[in-house]
Amino acid sequence: MPDSAVSAGSALAAAGILGLLAVLAAVLDGFLTARAAGGGPSGLSRPVGEVARLMRQRRRTTVAADTLLWRIGSAGLLVMALMIVTVVPLGEWTLFDLDVGVIWFNAMDVLAWAFVWLTGWGANSTHSLVGGYRFLAHGLAYELPLMFGLVAPAVAASSLNVGTVADAQQDLWFVVWMPVAFLAYGTGILAIAVWGPFTPALGTDIAGGVTAELSGVDRLVFQGGRYALLAAGAAFAVPMFLGGGAGPLLPGWAWALVKTGALLAVFVWLRRRLPAVRPDLFMEVGWVVLLPAVLVQDLLVAVVAVWRT
Amino acid sequence: MTLQTVLLVAAALFSVGLYGALSQQVVVMVMMGLELMLNGLIVAAAGFWWFLAPDPSGQVLLLVIIAAMTVEMAMGFAVATHLHRVRRVDMTDMAADLNG
Amino acid sequence: MITHISFWVFAVVAVLSGAAVFWVNSMARASYALALSFIAVGLQVLLLHQNYIGVVTILMMVMEMAVMAVYMVMFMGMNPALMPMNMVHDKRHALAAAVGAFLLLAAGAVLIPWPARRGTPPAGVTVALGEELMGPKMLVMAVVGAVIAATIVAGVVLAAHRTRYDRLGDDLRRRPANDPQPGGVGR
Repeated sequence: MPDSAVSAGSALAAAGILGLLAVLAAVLDGFLTARAAGGGPSGLSRPVGEVARLMRQRRRTTVAADTLLWRIGSAGLLVMALMIVTVVPLGEWTLFDLDVGVIWFNAMDVLAWAFVWLTGWGANSTHSLVGGYRFLAHGLAYELPLMFGLVAPAVAASSLNVGTVADAQQDLWFVVWMPVAFLAYGTGILAIAVWGPFTPALGTDIAGGVTAELSGVDRLVFQGGRYALLAAGAAFAVPMFLGGGAGPLLPGWAWALVKTGALLAVFVWLRRRLPAVRPDLFMEVGWVVLLPAVLVQDLLVAVVAVWRT
Repeated sequence: MTLQTVLLVAAALFSVGLYGALSQQVVVMVMMGLELMLNGLIVAAAGFWWFLAPDPSGQVLLLVIIAAMTVEMAMGFAVATHLHRVRRVDMTDMAADLNG
Repeated sequence: MITHISFWVFAVVAVLSGAAVFWVNSMARASYALALSFIAVGLQVLLLHQNYIGVVTILMMVMEMAVMAVYMVMFMGMNPALMPMNMVHDKRHALAAAVGAFLLLAAGAVLIPWPARRGTPPAGVTVALGEELMGPKMLVMAVVGAVIAATIVAGVVLAAHRTRYDRLGDDLRRRPANDPQPGGVGR
């Protein structure tokens, strides 16, 4: 393991920033939900009320539940989000400056397959297991475009280190000349957070799907993990596509936070703007449309990268 | 962490996998045994690379092992699916004859 | 020091969760025990300074085990809840073979006088691996690519029960195709 000294203080700070972003995302989502419902309270305090309610709720138990795997699954999304932000540079600081940070992100995002499915499995309930399978079906379609989407910035920067990729965008942000890769990445982030178009795994038609039997603290951690994943995905997009900390006047870390917050707000807002995609239909879209488009994008980027050297 | 200890861990993983591959009856469980044996090989190859000859070319071997695991899994699942569809069985013992 | 401790922790986790695969009573637990074993091995490979290989091992194996769990549930036709299962044959001989293999390999690992280290690790291990693959060892990469492509084709041929004649009719002219599960592109 690289000899980067990880101080407990900065790890806590990173976790705190991630938590703050997740809370802000939840507040924004509460506001948007209340506005969509029309009238009534502003919805800004909705996350607080929800947290208080879930903290006091008694745990629901099911017959012959696989409690160990169930708890691992519901707590896993939050852990994933924390592991992702360890490789994201904030200004000049990076918690865990791994030379293969991009692959690290990929290794962490496939953990969603395990955790979401395990949450669905552990309850020993039909509806939540159906939800788990729906997520895996989505996973088969979104995962490869997501991975190949991240190949493009790495090729353009000729590095797998997240900080180096950010530094390679001094002239032009990668999002400008690799928009397809960025879209595939954004789709993947919405998917690993089981958000927006990818909510059929939590669908009301299957009584909440993966979350059908989740209650109390488990539900709180699972839902919090979804917001944290959105935040971590937005934070990782900043060095990969949005120029890292580059920007006028403000210092690097401030720009990184501003960009993360803006992208996170877009992610949250998209929840009500996109239709849910059915896993069976999206499978073909992923393999026949998304994956070839991203591969062509990679080819173009590779040609440009070779031509520039 | 010396070469000997790394190899001991690899040997333990390989032996556990060998036990599984020999004793399990269900095709998918046999595949898990094979995976575990290859898992041991990964540790051993990584140990040899670092402690004996850390030149660039040694790592290629590890990539080959990982590729072999992928191929093994993909073909194993395909055969298991086919077997299940044609014979309605999931056990190696029931697929031993050429009938069908 | 911390390297040594974490090496031993990972070693114990890897071997114990590997053994748990054949010991637990649940298919999901077996699959994810194997995933845990692979994660521990991937972290050990990271300790042995091969960052790319280590992280890729974790990446691929977690994904594979997520799929593996689905196959286990699909093919081991029994109640997916925690249910005792004991589907082994010839357990004694298998155990003897495993113990024998371990003793042989362990004796080899301890008794063979391993040569001294030759050469020094490159400064950028991942860069060196990439240049090796795209340079002198290009043949390996090309062969692996071809083998994996062949595997994809062979796997689909084996696993799919419908052919293009089922989809498109005997003269391959039916549009749209007759699929039991329609796709999103409407082919």
